[in-house]
Amino acid sequence: MSSPTLAQGFEERVVEIDGWPVRLTSYRIGDKFICQADNVSPGACLARMSAESASEAESQALSKARHLLGKTKRREV
Amino acid sequence: MAQYAHPEVLVETDWLAEKLSDPSIRAVEVDVDTAAYDLGHIPGAVAWAWNTQLCDTVRRDILPKQELEALLSKSGISPSTTIVLYGDNNNWFAAWAFWQLKIYGHKDVRILNGGRKKWLSEGRELTQETVSYRATSYQAREADLSLRAFLPQVQDAVRNKTASLVDVRSPQEFTGEILAPPGLPETCQRGGHIPGARNVPWGKACNEDGSFKTLDELKTLYGAEGVNASRPTIAYCRIGERSSHTWFVLKYLLGLPDVVNYDGSWTEWGNLVGAPVERGAAQAAGA
Repeated sequence: MSSPTLAQGFEERVVEIDGWPVRLTSYRIGDKFICQADNVSPGACLARMSAESASEAESQALSKARHLLGKTKRREV
Repeated sequence: MAQYAHPEVLVETDWLAEKLSDPSIRAVEVDVDTAAYDLGHIPGAVAWAWNTQLCDTVRRDILPKQELEALLSKSGISPSTTIVLYGDNNNWFAAWAFWQLKIYGHKDVRILNGGRKKWLSEGRELTQETVSYRATSYQAREADLSLRAFLPQVQDAVRNKTASLVDVRSPQEFTGEILAPPGLPETCQRGGHIPGARNVPWGKACNEDGSFKTLDELKTLYGAEGVNASRPTIAYCRIGERSSHTWFVLKYLLGLPDVVNYDGSWTEWGNLVGAPVERGAAQAAGA
């Protein structure tokens, strides 16, 4: 049975990728650092990565988010 | 502060933290996927996957009655259980579960105000332990389809202007600039919105911490777009889950008497041959 834990260092910030705002939500559970990237509007999750360090988790989340956002096609309205 | 129309459907994190060992309450996490649950979840909570366990995986439809019964039975839930739903992205997918549980008549379903985000940001207890409960023999009611809109009902409402249509997607999806949320696969042939719809993105109903805005704030938000109790309301998005969140807000927090979720949403309308489509921003309210 695993012992109870809690999320530490919960923080959010917004960056821009290819003109899209991306929210990065970072925290740590136990020895895992987690970073989730969502597209702010509407807030859909693009990536959620866990790694041994905060920078590694963020780097992986940013990489996947950049890859997915690069496929989004804007149209003239 | 004014009370929501049905405050009993919301619980606060403090409340749930005190009830974690109460066997009459079952917390259920519903996220975009179950990976977050595996990393750490509220002690005692079970996980439901919205895209495999909360829909028909063969034809496009909500969960069949027998499968819902199996899911609830496996989760140790009986008709008298208080189900507390929570999830990531401001309870986006938790609301999808709430809508279906109400369709099948579960009496006491609640949403954790602020969802997973608020629980985590408050530094509350988590576990990676997966729990299993003694199975029940849950028997659901027949589906109450008055909570759901199908295509003919929406087409009729557009033709005869008999309902307020609320498109809860992002402004770029609404105008037709993009065909799906940024970074997600395009799932329709045309961009734009259903003629006459107003655009109130679903997330505007929430605060930064994931909790719902106050009754007065919600009244102002939706009232500015002509969404009120005076006429029926149809909420839609791309595939029906964001709009289940807005359906929850309109029906249970604002107390609108006649609001339905059109889960066919834009992936149905935007793929229909010959369906009328508007592009660009909405006309001014009341125009």
